[in-house]
Amino acid sequence: MAKIKKSAGEIIFDCFNILFMIFIIVITLYPMLYVAFASFSDSARLLQHRGLLLKPLGFNLNAYKLVFKNPMIVKGYGNTIFIVVVGVTLNIMMTSLGAYFMSRKNVMLKGPITFLFVFTMFFSGGMVPFYLTVKDLGITNTLWSTIIPFLINTYNMIIMRTAFLAIPDSLEESAKLDGAGHFTILARIVLPLSKAVIAVMVLYYAVEKWNGWFWASVFIRNRELYPLQVILREILLQNDTNAMTGGINAMDQEAISESVKYATIMVATVPVLCVYPFLQKYFVKGVLIGSVKG
Amino acid sequence: MQQTRQTQPQSGSRVYIGPGTDRRSDFFKRLKRDLFINKSLYLLVLPVVIFYIIFHYKPMYGAIIAFKQYAPAKGVLGSPWVGFDHFVRFFSSHSFWRIFRNTFLISFYSLLFGFPAPIILALLLNELKNEKFKRTVQTISYLPHFISLVVVAGMIKDFTVTDGIINDFIELFGGERVPILQKAELFRPVYIISGIWQEIGWGSIIYLAALSGISQELYEAAMIDGAGRFKQVIHVTIPGIAPTIIIMLILRIGQLMNVGYEKIILLYNPSTYETADVISSYVYRVGLLEFSWSYSAAVGLFNSVVNFILVIAANWVSRRVTETSLW
Repeated sequence: MAKIKKSAGEIIFDCFNILFMIFIIVITLYPMLYVAFASFSDSARLLQHRGLLLKPLGFNLNAYKLVFKNPMIVKGYGNTIFIVVVGVTLNIMMTSLGAYFMSRKNVMLKGPITFLFVFTMFFSGGMVPFYLTVKDLGITNTLWSTIIPFLINTYNMIIMRTAFLAIPDSLEESAKLDGAGHFTILARIVLPLSKAVIAVMVLYYAVEKWNGWFWASVFIRNRELYPLQVILREILLQNDTNAMTGGINAMDQEAISESVKYATIMVATVPVLCVYPFLQKYFVKGVLIGSVKG
Repeated sequence: MQQTRQTQPQSGSRVYIGPGTDRRSDFFKRLKRDLFINKSLYLLVLPVVIFYIIFHYKPMYGAIIAFKQYAPAKGVLGSPWVGFDHFVRFFSSHSFWRIFRNTFLISFYSLLFGFPAPIILALLLNELKNEKFKRTVQTISYLPHFISLVVVAGMIKDFTVTDGIINDFIELFGGERVPILQKAELFRPVYIISGIWQEIGWGSIIYLAALSGISQELYEAAMIDGAGRFKQVIHVTIPGIAPTIIIMLILRIGQLMNVGYEKIILLYNPSTYETADVISSYVYRVGLLEFSWSYSAAVGLFNSVVNFILVIAANWVSRRVTETSLW
């Protein structure tokens, strides 16, 4: 027999499998599409609409205009961008220092210090003592409170260490012979050879920072300093219409707020969704490095 | 992350302190030499060590407020000791069983339904013949992992309100409209189903990698033995990814009393506390919103200790059963 024929059962299975995959695609994408359609819709019609939304009801950008006119959201955007840019830069610097140390050989205190790092993955003092610690440092109510206490994610540091271990020793040895110190080896040899893992780290940390809301909502009291997600929470989950429409005295505030809600989701989510498909091969790599021997 | 049994433990393997003073002074001599030779390396790692001490170990020390009556003005040291009072109060309060049960049940149901989901998706993806279609499904299925919890919770809330889209369907099939997020009995299904939606694609990555590692020869051999596609899955594919499944399962069991509180805090409300309130959301509410510092620190410490014991136990079992462990 030149070719094995598919049995009837296999054909049926293949059909169902493809249908199942289409189902996965639909349930994954539809909620986002619904939000997109609703954000472009006419507010009054949206409020009366029932059932699935397959295209925008009418088409206008009023909701987006209101979103970008809302000073809270614009400030929130700025705060989030600050947290992401400054935070991720510091994250990468600190994480690579720790990972570099953990990837060295012939260092007597490597064991104890590595233990000091890894132990924190399994035991913590708890939420309240952590809060009190940060509060005692006096950085609450600043954007730094969302950056400094979260400089290193131990799991990410282990991923990075695994990548550093894969760099051949000979390169470092020859640099050492040329008189290079550890800082030079890290900056000139190890980091340039680890672009893939750095891309993974940037993505992981950036998503964490962009999407983070919990500790920001705990540490930051000044509304001017709220990052985007905290404002989003007020709008989406605490029904704060004032946050939604920026305090404008609209007659039909309820109707407007309905589509503004969706436009805000779009504005907060689209940047991340635009980036991730292009970085896919890197973050898949990150999951795999993280899962193999550490 | 995992380490096979044969590998040396990470810590302490190089440090031998014998009973004799000779050895001890030898040790310090070597340490001194090491500190000198690797001075610049230790200097590089210093900021990292300081970070861990301040933001991880200081809170561990701070957890002793669980045994004190902490007053911010007096500080951790100045506050009076009260022993196990807060623990006793917690264990005898009516909240204890509620949040212990909820933590366990939410975690257990997530494990029961959420754990197999990515495995099934990976197995089915593996059966797709069209590479391009497969990759498209994969990319799309990762998407929810990147959407912020606030947005996910916002969408859940919007779709489940009385005049929301889910209730439109319930009515279409002859049901009664219900305010889903106000119903205590519906909280866990909402939490778990949305959790599967969020993580099914991302979770499948690791299994897909394990699947791609299975040798093609095994399939050919099975085919020669007359195994059809279904039999190949049973006898080749599943045994091939079984080690990965077991490791992931043990890791999950180690996290059994560690429920992600952020989504719960975003979704619950007083009418669903009965089924939704878990240990960490309770700590958050009592500690950070109502400022019962010491009491909530005691509850949090209890949770940390339980988590720690579970991780150790899971690791021990793993080492016994699969010869694979975290350390």
